[in-house]
Amino acid sequence: MSQEVEAALAGAFRTEWGRVVATLIRMTRDWDLAEECAQDAFALALERWPRDGVPRRPGAWLTTTARNRARDRLRRGATEAARLQETAVLWHTGEPDDDGDDGSVRDDRLRLIFTCCHPALSLEARVALTLRTLAGLTTAEIARAFLVPEPTMAKRLVRAKGKIRHAGIPFRVPPARLLPERTGGVLAVLYLLFNEGYAATSGAELVRQELCAEAIRLARTLTTLMPDEPEPLGLLALMLLQHARRAARVDDAGDVVRLEDQDRTRWDMSEIDEGLGLLDAALRHDRAGPYQLQAAIAACHTTAATAADTDWAQIAQLYGRLAQLVPSAVVELNRAVAVAMADGPAAGLQLVEALDASGDLAGYHLLPATRADLLRRLKRHAEAAASYREALELAATDAERRYLAQRLAETTGQG
Amino acid sequence: MRYMLLICVDDAVEVAPEERSAEPWVEEMQRRGVRRDGSRLRPGSDATTVRLQAGEVVLSDGPFAETKEQIAGYDVIECEDLDEAIEVASKHPVAKYGAIEVRPFWEE
Repeated sequence: MSQEVEAALAGAFRTEWGRVVATLIRMTRDWDLAEECAQDAFALALERWPRDGVPRRPGAWLTTTARNRARDRLRRGATEAARLQETAVLWHTGEPDDDGDDGSVRDDRLRLIFTCCHPALSLEARVALTLRTLAGLTTAEIARAFLVPEPTMAKRLVRAKGKIRHAGIPFRVPPARLLPERTGGVLAVLYLLFNEGYAATSGAELVRQELCAEAIRLARTLTTLMPDEPEPLGLLALMLLQHARRAARVDDAGDVVRLEDQDRTRWDMSEIDEGLGLLDAALRHDRAGPYQLQAAIAACHTTAATAADTDWAQIAQLYGRLAQLVPSAVVELNRAVAVAMADGPAAGLQLVEALDASGDLAGYHLLPATRADLLRRLKRHAEAAASYREALELAATDAERRYLAQRLAETTGQG
Repeated sequence: MRYMLLICVDDAVEVAPEERSAEPWVEEMQRRGVRRDGSRLRPGSDATTVRLQAGEVVLSDGPFAETKEQIAGYDVIECEDLDEAIEVASKHPVAKYGAIEVRPFWEE
């Protein structure tokens, strides 16, 4: 097969899989049939395109082929006569049947993503369904990415599709009264997907890193499907600004390199530029949301020439706004760090102590670790050492424990 | 689609009678044509559980599962889809202090 045909096939799979599946689901309301027929269409492309050439509109070719397969399969399934009749009705109403409130034609993929991310499904099921039906990952690939046995993942997908069918989860873009909340739910699934990949560091976890690329691709699709919504733009910007730093955030030993110690020349400038441009476009809507604010914080970091140039006052202010929108103790802890950088460790420590007293972060190692760092900077070494020890007991990974142990050694050395 | 709402409450939770009353909800859902049937049920202490074991009827006093939350009533609703069923369930007064299980009927 020529390289061009191969590239065309790979490209079509990435861009068209979700669209073909979504269209087939709308027409047949049968998720398994839709996936099977999409698979058949791509298999046929693999056979035909090298021989006949790549069609002028690959997406249309694939959708038509999959639709014909669906019709053939339904015709052949004699026991499914009743369903055929039902489908025959659907068949002629091939046009989208629940368009936007503004009369615009909705993309089937938008219906699909809202259905996959329906809050009546478990979070795990939402993630798996999104990867299977929209991104076209196989069950085996998703199982590997989430470190579960393949039969477990297969069961999870079957159960989710069964619930969609039996419980009457609608295949549609939610009406206006539900849209803000449901959009937030979709964004949360995509960001979770991204973070699953971003947290992966070693070579053995390479398959997980692919999740970042999938999450970015899906977020990009969402921005084209919801062009008037600033939060999807904010999420895409946030992902790109974080992804831009991936080469610098792990050292040769596989340890995480903290932001202030990263080699900034290894950051991906094209991703940063794109992220900043998207963030600007989002902020022009003047409807700030949690993802835009987090992207703005990431932008403060990525635009600083050196760690010392970071605009911590601005970051502290952004965390303050974020805490107003989504009250969370973790956000408050981050704000305390930013305040400590902007106004000095004593100001930060005051906020950390208030958090301590609230008990909201009990058992979270970054609370004593942050307290320890601030105490160390205030030269209260004995208290700092006690806090490092507390953090060490709570830290979950070896890399974190190594880092904390080293800081503890430095602190006691100065005792 | 038809759904059964299982209205579950924990009897230990104290609720003011005016908060407990489901009458306004029932009226609203009847008016909307959503609610088809439903009733309060006597508490689990009045229940009898029946099993047939080796051809013999075995009875036990009380509900089949001893859990903190017990079924206190049910409603049968007819809705467009799960989103509407969730909206209807979330307006039920018990949603505030108990739980509502939304079960689709076995149809097809």
